[in-house]
Amino acid sequence: MSTATTARADERLVHRGVLRRMLGRPELGAVVGAAAVFLFFSFVADSFLRASSLSTVLYASSTIGIMAVPVALLMIGGEFDLSTGVMVTTSALVSSMFSYQMTANVWVGVGVSLLTTLAIGFFNGFMLTRTKLPSFIITLGTFLMLTGLNLGFTKLISGTVSTKTIGDMEGFGSAHAVFASHLTVGGVDLQVTILWWFGLVALATWILLRTRVGNWIFAVGGGSDAARAVGVPVNKTKIGLYMAVAFCAWISGQHLLMSYDVVQSGEGVGNEFLYIIAAVIGGCLMTGGYGSAIGSAVGAFIFGMTSKGIVYAQWNPDWFKFFLGAMLLLATLLNAWVRKRAEASK
Amino acid sequence: MTALVKLTDVSKFYGNIRALEGVSLEVHPGEITCVLGDNGAGKSTLIKIIAGLHQHDTGTFEIDGEETRLASPREALDRGIATVYQDLAVVPLMPVWRNFFLGSEPTTGAGPFKRLDVRKMRETTRAELLRMGIDLRDVDQPIGTLSGGERQCVAIARAVYFGAKVLVLDEPTAALGVKQSGVVLKYVAAARDAGLGVVLITHNPHHAYLVGDRFVLLKRGAMAGSHPKSGIALDELTRQMAGGSELDQLSHELERAPGPDVIGGRRIEPEPEESDKPGKSERVDEPEKDG
Repeated sequence: MSTATTARADERLVHRGVLRRMLGRPELGAVVGAAAVFLFFSFVADSFLRASSLSTVLYASSTIGIMAVPVALLMIGGEFDLSTGVMVTTSALVSSMFSYQMTANVWVGVGVSLLTTLAIGFFNGFMLTRTKLPSFIITLGTFLMLTGLNLGFTKLISGTVSTKTIGDMEGFGSAHAVFASHLTVGGVDLQVTILWWFGLVALATWILLRTRVGNWIFAVGGGSDAARAVGVPVNKTKIGLYMAVAFCAWISGQHLLMSYDVVQSGEGVGNEFLYIIAAVIGGCLMTGGYGSAIGSAVGAFIFGMTSKGIVYAQWNPDWFKFFLGAMLLLATLLNAWVRKRAEASK
Repeated sequence: MTALVKLTDVSKFYGNIRALEGVSLEVHPGEITCVLGDNGAGKSTLIKIIAGLHQHDTGTFEIDGEETRLASPREALDRGIATVYQDLAVVPLMPVWRNFFLGSEPTTGAGPFKRLDVRKMRETTRAELLRMGIDLRDVDQPIGTLSGGERQCVAIARAVYFGAKVLVLDEPTAALGVKQSGVVLKYVAAARDAGLGVVLITHNPHHAYLVGDRFVLLKRGAMAGSHPKSGIALDELTRQMAGGSELDQLSHELERAPGPDVIGGRRIEPEPEESDKPGKSERVDEPEKDG
């Protein structure tokens, strides 16, 4: 290729403004929304800008954000997962009950939990690719089954709806340090989940934009027939995505367990929608093929700011869901508008 | 000389439905074999067998003289058969350069740092498209923003770049206007001149006759004829393609049918402004508009 031609092509590229290029990013709508929410609560809630408040907001964001990352990847891959909320609880229950019943080191339970959760993710993906049923139905089935298993098994084994405490067991200390410790950075108390969250966002972004698998994720969501025709392993990619969701559910579940040392078996129902909302606010298209991991983080941050901001503003938290719903609608509309502008920039 | 791809007496059944029966076809390097047929004639089934999406039930399928049965599109690609589908050649929301390398992405680095060679991908895409005569301003634009003809050309350029020996094109001109079709046919000819064997599936005998060396006619799943270019004239090809004797009968029937001006015993007044009705004029322009 002659350099002259490349230079000529680049020359024309310069005319594409910075604004235009920003409009082409899926996160843009979410970033604008996050800035608006941030400014809003800075004005209405005096304590919102304090470092300790910010740390609380970040923690709330991270608990949603850790799951929003793989859910966003899955949505880019064109599928849903409604079983994520209870899968987190399942993962916590498995490691707690296994360690307690077997009187094993906590880490053994954590390992067993990882395998179990990954198996559930594999089941979701395998059923989806095998039956070709919509992921909505498959994972709705998994959601209900896991909800029932969580309650049933816990009652059967512990006799109550919560697990026995594992706080005094061998290995709890180190597991707690990994999944639920606090760090003090510059006088501010930060939960370790924030690190997990940032790490996962960075990893997912790398995978999505700079690896072959990332290319495949976009392709199976944006046009699975075309992807299959050019040799992309569509089924493996989808199963892999479900297992990534399961992996993050495992991290979330271990955090849930280690931060209290007991787990309530009925927890997690409804959280699956929060993860999906964070991904959608972050610019993921419901139809697949478009979105970003960073966007899901911004979406989770909006969630964290709103849920805690309402408390700092001393409003009745009952209003929170209304704000969340309104935010979802606005973000989706903004995203649709932005994407239309971006695509018109031919 | 051995054919690149040779189908002999190939049949395919879906349950008790005969999708294809007794079809034979040869593809030689530097030649364009056109497969012509109406809707439902079995063209797509034939493609799917060559592309590795389906397996044939009877008959033989040879690649380079070696009998074979393809298990997947991936295997077909590895054997040098690239298929460009009319509607699913690309993923519309993805940038051109990602589409170009989809499924065969070059990587750099090792271990956990193994990553896409983005620079090479962008530069190669731009260069290969330029070689085909498409001067893209920005390889980062979603491929869905390109015109139908340009998208076809990207898909063809991609196949050529990845060393395809046989190029199967599914109705490349079906959704295109006259000018765009001409552009695509030029690239088809360019691929032929580069030494590829081309299978061109179409229901447009005019396009086929412009570039084809050999014509295979399909009709209701069976082979209705196979002719070298020297053995058939465009008129005859068009006539056979349009249904041959069926067309004769149809024109007969149309002649005898009563005019539509008397319906249900009531005479319908002809509308004087009929000639400039928008619906009618639009229909005439349609092929141009699509491009």
